[in-house]
Amino acid sequence: MLKTIATLKEAGDITSINTLIPYAKTVGLESFMDDHGLVTVLRFRESNIGNYLINAIHGGGVGALLEHAGILHLLAETEAAVVPKIVNLSVDYLRPCLAADTFARGTVIKQGRRVANVRVVAWQDTPEKPVAAAHAHFLIGERSG
Amino acid sequence: MKPSGPLPELDNIKTVFEDIPHCKALGMQIIELRHGKGFMEVDYDKKMIGNPKTGVVHGGVITALLDTLCGVVVMSAVPENTPLATLDLRIDYLHPATPGDTIRASAECYKVTENVAFVRGLAYHDVAGDPIANCTGTFMLAATGFAPGRPRGKGKGKAAASAIAPREGGQPC
Repeated sequence: MLKTIATLKEAGDITSINTLIPYAKTVGLESFMDDHGLVTVLRFRESNIGNYLINAIHGGGVGALLEHAGILHLLAETEAAVVPKIVNLSVDYLRPCLAADTFARGTVIKQGRRVANVRVVAWQDTPEKPVAAAHAHFLIGERSG
Repeated sequence: MKPSGPLPELDNIKTVFEDIPHCKALGMQIIELRHGKGFMEVDYDKKMIGNPKTGVVHGGVITALLDTLCGVVVMSAVPENTPLATLDLRIDYLHPATPGDTIRASAECYKVTENVAFVRGLAYHDVAGDPIANCTGTFMLAATGFAPGRPRGKGKGKAAASAIAPREGGQPC
């Protein structure tokens, strides 16, 4: 059977969704489960560097990680019938994001019928020292009636 | 008080931009740059797809394009060699990008204060009046401990700058 995001979600295999998304492969977005739930990773790659003087990851790459982690978190944690569609994303850059893997974890702050508000935090060494954080809104359902 | 000093040569900013690995990887190009205002574009490529069902590019491509352009226009609007760090970037996604079409962006740095530069931008296909995304961002100027965002001499700035440990602010530009 052809695997789609919907069938993988149904099977509870959220981490495999990345393999279906060309952009995830291009920049190195992967996911795994730990004791607290889903973690999404932006693997370090030379091609993700945005500042070659101090080897910092491109801010857009960090933004992409936060957005992607938010989508996957919603797929993992909610009954959303559709792939969440981003409405907006506000990224706060807290510390330099240097040449290493970057991890992100989402929290659903509020889930309505049509829209969800998600907070995502990214870190490198330890979650206690976040490198960036975002809040985002996603459409997760159709308007009824 | 606004930072003072001569504004950078626009060609120097373009040279710095052309060496950024992530921008090269996605194929971003500066189309036009003036002090405080700029235009960029990125051609559609299958490797950017975020929705395999529709072929629409991942939001990350638009985020990276707008983040880059906002950094470039701030760099062009503040005195030469001012270290910059992105504080925040907010993006509203107004409608999905059309698969196959080039994504363009415009941005302007509309206010520079002593510590912070403010910037706004749009992403669109053919007409800015029908935007794909709208963004606003703020950048910290002369963030303590940051390496400058551009080389001071051919090659030699690299080693010196990497020895400086960033301490304050957000993501260095």
